[in-house]
Amino acid sequence: MMRHAIFGAALAALAAAPAWAADYTIVAPAAPGGGWDATARTMQEVLQAEGISGSVQVQNVPGAGGTIGLAQFVAGAAGDPTQLIVGGYVMVGAILTNASPVTLADVTPIARLTGEAVGIAVKADSPLQTIGDLVEAMRADPGAVSWAGGSAGGVDHITVGLLAKAAGIDPTKINYIAFSGGGEALAAILGGQVTAGISGVGEFLPQVQAGTMRMLAVSTDVRWPGTDAPTLMESGYDVNVQNWRMVAAAPGLTPEQQAAVAADIERMAGSAGWKAALATRGWADTYLAGEAFAAQLAREIEATTAILKDVGLVQ
Amino acid sequence: MNTFDFLLQGLAVALDPAILLYALIGVTIGTAVGVLPGIGPALTVALLLPVTYGLDPAGSLVMFAGIYYGGMYGGSTTSILLNTPGESASIVTAIEGNRMARAGRGGAALATAAIGSFVAGLLATLALAFLAPHIVKLALVFGPREYFALMVLAFVTVSAAFGDSAMKGLTSLFVGLALALIGIDGLTGQARLSYGVPQLLDGIEVTTLAVAMFAIGEALFVAANRVGADEKVHAIRGSVAMTAQDWARSWKPWLRGTAIGFPIGAMPAGGADIASFLSYGTERKLTRHPEEFGNGAIEGVAGPEAANNAAAAGTLVPLLTLGLPTTATAAIMLAGFQQFGLQPGPLLFATAPKLVWGLIASLLIANIMLLVLNLPLIRLWVKLLTIPRPWLYGGILLFATLGTIGVNPSRAELAMLMIFGVMGYLMRLHGYPIAPVVVGLILGPMAEQQLRRALAIAQGDWTTLVSTPLSAGLIGLAVLALAVPMLLRMRGRGAVLAQVAKDDD
Repeated sequence: MMRHAIFGAALAALAAAPAWAADYTIVAPAAPGGGWDATARTMQEVLQAEGISGSVQVQNVPGAGGTIGLAQFVAGAAGDPTQLIVGGYVMVGAILTNASPVTLADVTPIARLTGEAVGIAVKADSPLQTIGDLVEAMRADPGAVSWAGGSAGGVDHITVGLLAKAAGIDPTKINYIAFSGGGEALAAILGGQVTAGISGVGEFLPQVQAGTMRMLAVSTDVRWPGTDAPTLMESGYDVNVQNWRMVAAAPGLTPEQQAAVAADIERMAGSAGWKAALATRGWADTYLAGEAFAAQLAREIEATTAILKDVGLVQ
Repeated sequence: MNTFDFLLQGLAVALDPAILLYALIGVTIGTAVGVLPGIGPALTVALLLPVTYGLDPAGSLVMFAGIYYGGMYGGSTTSILLNTPGESASIVTAIEGNRMARAGRGGAALATAAIGSFVAGLLATLALAFLAPHIVKLALVFGPREYFALMVLAFVTVSAAFGDSAMKGLTSLFVGLALALIGIDGLTGQARLSYGVPQLLDGIEVTTLAVAMFAIGEALFVAANRVGADEKVHAIRGSVAMTAQDWARSWKPWLRGTAIGFPIGAMPAGGADIASFLSYGTERKLTRHPEEFGNGAIEGVAGPEAANNAAAAGTLVPLLTLGLPTTATAAIMLAGFQQFGLQPGPLLFATAPKLVWGLIASLLIANIMLLVLNLPLIRLWVKLLTIPRPWLYGGILLFATLGTIGVNPSRAELAMLMIFGVMGYLMRLHGYPIAPVVVGLILGPMAEQQLRRALAIAQGDWTTLVSTPLSAGLIGLAVLALAVPMLLRMRGRGAVLAQVAKDDD
């Protein structure tokens, strides 16, 4: 029994990942395996490999579009310059739909790190050939066009809402089916259960390359590498959405502490190791820091609030 | 080259001593985390991911697969011996397995679980190699309405099988369904019953509820009743190995469990827990020893254990052929693939055949290693039962708590663990079965979401639920499963059924 007890205790300690002396602890406000978790773990790898930080811990606090992790972070990390949190566009929507008491105004945004376009795709044998066909089908009967995508109020849902609005279709009429996790939504699209799918471009690309799906459009203002699908803007719909991911520091830091963290992140984002990691994972480098990022964040929050009201998710 | 040549080539990769070592490390760690309540394979793989940055892709993926298989197997050990399931897929194993252990037949229960897991793992891995492209087509036929029909079937088979009275069983199930409503509604993003507590927004964690109700509730119950404080424990009565009769009663459930588990695991919204529920229901219906169900029927261990291991292999079908991660562990394995610049998906078999077939071959080897590792350990495991009760349950409380806060270090989680532990104790005290609560929490949200998705796609047309042969067939099966026992009871065979439903826990 003793042997089991020691072995078990060692494993439990491993799992508990206590915050022993570390230069940085990065909170990934999501379960292991998702995009934020991957961002946090890539940061961990690069910060250590580039010698920017001696020891980096990643802590997963999953749930509710990141708002649980955010609330815990704001309460527990205030004034601690070694604590970081990863977040992104999905968190902006989740804060609004969950009426979260803690918002991004309660943390110290450091920099936007990566971004990805949202792709709109259909099954290869779908009669819909262009994004125009899809929008016309939606105009004829919005309810008959079912969209499979990620969680309600997330970036996929917001993009469909914006597209409907830009095309002059009532956004409250869209038939959006939320799936948890990319796998289930992809299966629904490939199985022909829904009319169209909307998700990160990276999730669709392997299917498009294998000829099982057709990408109709991407949501960014420029075309996305790996696909020749047009942007929504060049197709005549004034929609520009990018699912960005960022890193923020704790609230209550002194300007010197804030500058030190920002300098470390800037070194990381400029390193060869970071660029190589981004290339491996297929993420775009959208590094943006300081005042420019703060202004961008404020604009995104305003636009997201407006569309979530239009779709009827926020009162 | 045909599939067989590829597999042989894969075996050549997997027999490399370094790869064998990774497989051994994987199954050992996997078994250990499966044994610990609360800590699952997903968390372990996530924690080990950074460790593997320096390793070669084949080795680390083989290790992850070993952890996955090992975790599925390890979860059964504590279910059987201590009535504390380590994984949600081992919950039904606790029902019959723990009865067997209390009757001194823990050795046979562990053996049928180990050999059943081996048989299922072997057959399912071979099926993965030869049938993956066909199975995945079947899995894609399942849309929301078919999943809903499957959930209805799971509800009927499972809920009919619990408790000494239908009333108490249903009460427990509805407690679980009510708990399942807590948290953000997946389809609209609105919070339900969270009362402004942020930790409730994501609902109640299945492992927290299971560990609390089974482990903490059991410990409180034992402490309160001083059960067995002085009782002489029969760790082993008779042979530790399986008797000829055990073998005769086990082999069919193993095969049936595999046949149920593999396709359900392959479905994007399936999962090992549902497979184990359906297998338990099936064995209970088909058994020639209905009087033993609820009192330690070996079929009730053999079937679900085979089913959950087969489902674990089934999960790899959509992952390898479509790049669809359908469980948390699979999602992390996907991240592992991407870390090495490999994109699982329709082209993986073509772009990296050596790796894929190496992985499949090493799953076969990991499976054999699991058996070799675990059969001799059974003698050691059953000795757990000879530990004085106060020590044993003290240890269970410690590991249950550590495991839960290890996964989610928050005070709210710990408070939930304790509250549900007390609830589990009270339910035990008044003779309400525990398992249906957990089943309700697992199946409730799935059934609700699939129903609402199906109706949303059909724009509110209820007939969509029976509009395909598959969904209509599954609903029909569920109706039969509900109606046949009622008809039998009316024809005067109620005594047998009352015996079937007997459960004094």
